[in-house]
Amino acid sequence: MTFNRRRMLHGLGGLAVLTAVPACAFGGNEAETPTGPTGDAGPENPFGVAEDAALEVVIFKGGLGDAYATEVHEPMYAQRFPGAKVEHVATQQIAQTLQPRFAGGDVPDVIANSGTDLMDLGALVDANQLLDLTPLFDAPAIDDPKVKVRDRVVNGSIEAGLVGGKPHALMYVYTAYGLWYDAKLFEANGWQPAQTWADFDALCAKIKAKGLHPFAYPGKNAAYYQYWSILVSAAKIGGNKVLVDIDNLVDGAWTADPVKQSAAAWAEIGAKYLDKSYEGLTHTEVQTAQNQGRIGFFPCGSWLENEQKDQTPDSFEYAMCPLPSVTGGDAMPYAAIRTAAGEGYIVPSQAKNSAGGLEYLRIMLSHEGARGFTERTGSITIVKGAADGLPLSPGNKSVAAAQSAAGDNIVTYNAFENWYKELETELRAKTNALMFGRITADQFCAEMQAKADAVKADSSIPKQQRNG
Amino acid sequence: MRRGSGKFVAGFLALPVLVYLVFVIGPYLQAFYLALTDWRGVSGSPEFIGLGNFERLLGDATFWKAVSHHAILLVVLPLATLGIALFFAFLINAGARSGTRGVWGSRFYQAVFFFPQVLAVAAVGVLFQAVYRPDSGGILNGLLNAVGLDNVGWLTDPDLALWSIIAVLVWQAVGFYVVLFSAGMAAIPKEIHEAAALDGAGRGRMFFSVTLPLLWDSLQAAWVYLGIAAFDGFALVAVLSVNRGGPDGATTVLPLEIWRTAFSFSKFGYAAAMGVALFFLTLTFALLALRVTRRERIDLA
Repeated sequence: MTFNRRRMLHGLGGLAVLTAVPACAFGGNEAETPTGPTGDAGPENPFGVAEDAALEVVIFKGGLGDAYATEVHEPMYAQRFPGAKVEHVATQQIAQTLQPRFAGGDVPDVIANSGTDLMDLGALVDANQLLDLTPLFDAPAIDDPKVKVRDRVVNGSIEAGLVGGKPHALMYVYTAYGLWYDAKLFEANGWQPAQTWADFDALCAKIKAKGLHPFAYPGKNAAYYQYWSILVSAAKIGGNKVLVDIDNLVDGAWTADPVKQSAAAWAEIGAKYLDKSYEGLTHTEVQTAQNQGRIGFFPCGSWLENEQKDQTPDSFEYAMCPLPSVTGGDAMPYAAIRTAAGEGYIVPSQAKNSAGGLEYLRIMLSHEGARGFTERTGSITIVKGAADGLPLSPGNKSVAAAQSAAGDNIVTYNAFENWYKELETELRAKTNALMFGRITADQFCAEMQAKADAVKADSSIPKQQRNG
Repeated sequence: MRRGSGKFVAGFLALPVLVYLVFVIGPYLQAFYLALTDWRGVSGSPEFIGLGNFERLLGDATFWKAVSHHAILLVVLPLATLGIALFFAFLINAGARSGTRGVWGSRFYQAVFFFPQVLAVAAVGVLFQAVYRPDSGGILNGLLNAVGLDNVGWLTDPDLALWSIIAVLVWQAVGFYVVLFSAGMAAIPKEIHEAAALDGAGRGRMFFSVTLPLLWDSLQAAWVYLGIAAFDGFALVAVLSVNRGGPDGATTVLPLEIWRTAFSFSKFGYAAAMGVALFFLTLTFALLALRVTRRERIDLA
């Protein structure tokens, strides 16, 4: 082979170009203020959105579908900015779709960060990738320019989106959690949701005697439905501080008595009434089984009824009740339920039209936007009064009743699910191990504490704090 | 070589080599570089932290659990697959009583055995979800119930789950190797088998003394392929297992942990370090396997 020196150098030059190619994957930007073209700011256009700037919206297409975006919010945006092209992207895998785009600096303008594969907000905020949404909440509301957006949403919903001490995510959907059952089935059998743990145990025994599985959750892909039960019960026993301590990685937060009592109580339900097969079933399979009248109680959030609406037979009527009190001396009454603002909507700081992204969120928070959302999804938003007068489904009616019974006794949200995915992943595994009888409540608490300690000691994970 | 032909050859090679460099070597280099950083996947500036990620790997129980599963796969997957495939291939090609033809209907079997190979891995996963379903709706458990036995937690029992998944891997792989070995056996001149038959060799003797030694090259290639496959398993584990790799991490594999560490935990630097470890594990295996199984070639011509 006649390989001359010049050609050799050519080859080396090619290699140098190549090593430069991978480096492009780390395009960087440190801005946390709106970027991109801006138009004239005014009362009607508080963020100064450019009239003709394109807007890209990425929606998680899960239980809520994406019609609320394509039929309500996106047309509303297009109506306000007729020159703007609105691009809609629907996906079930947020992280896999968007992580490379964040790394490369080519990000959409609005993201519904939801689903089992959502992006780690802590990591995004740590890298200055998300816009601080304070200007959104301080902006005038669309329906009434004299009122700020922050005064149009229910208390605590802005706090639910705090990461790094600032609102970096709009937690838009107002969700209630509890035990779901078929009201007609219970009525036919003369069963009443139980208020104390002893009554709950007795009721489960009665349901079992009827040949049903008294309690079930989907261990295969949604063990979190059950860890919510364990944590909500722990909060009812010891107060919301139990959950705040867990979020703040306080030493011994997982081995505290309320957590142990709750884990022990639920483990007993698992041992007595939870069929082993549920560890290997998905949420769709378990929800279908309940619709077929094979399951008594199912722990879930208020999206359940809408998610099942095509499969639910007419003879089935969803209703939700609070978790029974574990001890006689619980800090919160039986009526206490968890309601929380969830489903985070974020605006990337590097977005080409981040002002448009903010405006899109402001549209979502308008009366018309929120009402349209509820009409399409059956879920209520954090916008006060937006769903008033809409016909309520039976399930939503029972949620409303539970809410008014609970009054101020609201169990707080878990922030660690968004802050520390490693802890959350471990909790799913340990919840299954506890509920299906492979570990005791004490082991559950000790092993979760060990993981929390490991996360706390891991300098590569940015730490978050919450006050209440 | 004639003057100018080098340029001609290089002209043909330039494009494929460039594609290979950009899409294969480039990502490798990038992964090696990332493994030395604390990159979280979303920031613009990965920070160099030396061998810190590898130090952390040494003490990572999940990592070692995954590695131990690969060790099991590395032994069981090739042994089971090759054993079954050789048996079937032998029956198809030389299984008849005469020893020189296959069993009755052998062409049909050959086609049937190849079916699983045609299915996409995800389809196989969905199929076996139905087979292994833990309640009475599962195909296996339905059969067990029919004969009066209780449900078995094929994928929920931590002692059983990995074996259930290995069974699927074997089921899917066997067909391809039946075809591979059939081709190898067809290349063995009929006279050799006939001569052995005349000398009174039974089917067992024929297989171990004649067919197997003459198939050694195919067997060696198959061993390396299956060994490399034993370092994967991502798709099936992700679809079939409880909690992706559970219960209690009983089925997890390195590619799954890499994926989770990167996309769920946003620790791309650490995930890259796992990837580098996996790269060297696979490479070591391939070199060892080729070295250990090296034998003198038998020339049939």
